[in-house]
Amino acid sequence: MRPEPAPSDPFDLRKARVHEAEGRGRRAFALLQAARHLGPLVWILPGHVPEVPMLRGLPQGVGDRLHLLRPASEADLLWCMEESLRAAPVGLVIAEPEKPLSLTAGRRLQLAAEKGRTTGLVLIRQDAGSPATETRWHCEAMAGPVADSTLHDWSLKKNKKGTLGHWVVNWDGTSAAFTLVPKVGERRQPAEPAY
Amino acid sequence: MASDVSLRNRPIEGPFALTLRSGNSDHLHCLNAAADQRGLHRGMPLADARAICPDLSTRPADLAREGAALASLRRWASRYAPMVASDGTDGLIADITGVAHLFGGEGDLRADLHARLARAGLQASSAIAGTRGGAHALARHGGGIIADGALAQGLGGLPVSALRIDHDTAEALARVGLARIADLAHLPRAPLARRFGAGLVLRLDQALGVQAEPVAAEPDMPHFGVRMTLPDPIGLQSDVMAGLSRLLDRLCAKLALHRMGARRVRLELRRVDRGTVQVEIGLARPMRDPARIAALFAKGVDEIDAGFGIDALRLTAPVTEPLAPEQIGGGPDARQQDALADFLSSTGNRIGFDRVLRLLPAESLIPERSFLLAPAAYSAPEPGSLRHGPARPALIFPPEPVEAASGSPPTSFRWRRMRFTTLRAQGPERIAPEWWFDDPAWRSGMRDYWRVETREGPRLWLFHTPQSPEWRIQGEFP
Repeated sequence: MRPEPAPSDPFDLRKARVHEAEGRGRRAFALLQAARHLGPLVWILPGHVPEVPMLRGLPQGVGDRLHLLRPASEADLLWCMEESLRAAPVGLVIAEPEKPLSLTAGRRLQLAAEKGRTTGLVLIRQDAGSPATETRWHCEAMAGPVADSTLHDWSLKKNKKGTLGHWVVNWDGTSAAFTLVPKVGERRQPAEPAY
Repeated sequence: MASDVSLRNRPIEGPFALTLRSGNSDHLHCLNAAADQRGLHRGMPLADARAICPDLSTRPADLAREGAALASLRRWASRYAPMVASDGTDGLIADITGVAHLFGGEGDLRADLHARLARAGLQASSAIAGTRGGAHALARHGGGIIADGALAQGLGGLPVSALRIDHDTAEALARVGLARIADLAHLPRAPLARRFGAGLVLRLDQALGVQAEPVAAEPDMPHFGVRMTLPDPIGLQSDVMAGLSRLLDRLCAKLALHRMGARRVRLELRRVDRGTVQVEIGLARPMRDPARIAALFAKGVDEIDAGFGIDALRLTAPVTEPLAPEQIGGGPDARQQDALADFLSSTGNRIGFDRVLRLLPAESLIPERSFLLAPAAYSAPEPGSLRHGPARPALIFPPEPVEAASGSPPTSFRWRRMRFTTLRAQGPERIAPEWWFDDPAWRSGMRDYWRVETREGPRLWLFHTPQSPEWRIQGEFP
């Protein structure tokens, strides 16, 4: 098997795997990922969730590629997710299950993702992750020091094939472009004591 | 005819009529023979009819059903002649040129027709004549057969109103003493046309055969349905799928012939105990590819109860759309479109096509109506929704009240049992309700929208309604 190319930037999700994001800012993380993936996008929201994406507020080029599935039950949601991961043309599948995924369900989703060569992103409640996930992100919105800065505090809490990390990102939600913000008062190299 | 059709479904003894509301009173639309004998006639007000005949039973007329009944009768009547057209709302006209001898002559043909219609419970009067106008006139005035060459004598005794002319012309003719067709037939044409219009002369010529008038039979809509009966009942899933694939091949060939594609396909299975089971699937776009349609049936066929076996299959395409022939095995783009349509079909069949949605832009400044959630199977993506104007949140939800808001914009507030402190706020952006559209959510008047960055992180979209002071949250920015 060919080795997979190393991710070029920290937020590249590994292809053909299912990832997880938690925290209050998880939908913003999902939107950035939607803007970064090519091809049709599928967002699976339970039918009773009040929040829906608003067309004019979505990043550039996401709105016309987005398909919204609103299944009525949890079983239908998992079925939809598996089916859309298996569908070859889909670029990214975002799903918001209500209950924690079992190991079996998580594993089935990984197999479906490998079969369809599709990337999946599961937006989970806090600490409701599945052990089968490839990476798990914790996402929070962060107050910015100046106006015009829309900061996000994204940390990688679990990574099966790499290191963990923590980033503060300035992403304004209009396109796929973002800037990494070094922490205030933090140096690139640890400062040596002068004596 | 309409009253007979209505009585066929639910029989009633005695005088019966269908009523139709015109203006602000009910009139008799169609009545049966018993009502006719009591002196009622068509077009009479219902109140008068009830005064004459108190035991009259009535039902409201259903014009759509009447039209459908006439269309099916027309299809049946094509057993007598290749060209059958409907004539008005309650008549049929058939061109029986050269076919009468197959039924033993014109008299036998007419007797056969009446016998069959009577058995079906339909009262009819019919006439055979050398011209379309002649047959039309005679059928409505007693019926019968006019022999070849005797058209003028046969029609001569009929009133002029039989000529398919309007009421005013008929009245004007009666005023000058021209009551019967025979009175008109020998008059010079030119003064007749000058006085009563060219329409009268045309109708007269058509009835007498001077002017040709063909029977224009409308073409039948192609029927997309195929069936198969089996000598022995089947029960295995693989057998049903095999039968289905044979039917699908035939159905898709027929669809291809008419350049149509199916949007819904229905499989009806008849069991040996006369019960029927039905599997219906929808397609995300018009399609006529047997293999891809068969794949969508797999789940439905898996769930049916075969009972003691299935001995007949019927496959129909109730909803079809035009589908031009296209290059098969196109590039990767076409293959991707096909795969996406298959994916939408399969999810739509499982969770319902109204739950597979797409976002479409809409012309409105009201945030919740600035986009549509449209079923993806029945809409096409509309690219190029440029972001312009004030910022909009990425997520929108029905407005939720804010508690313990202090100040304007609020410096601190509670929402979803969390405490927030405002760091900075942008606004206000005033949006007025659309006065031409009564939306219960906008009864509280205009709204001042603020983008509020909180110290805790979330960037929220709050609004204030000055006309009934209250703060609410409607969206969240990334």
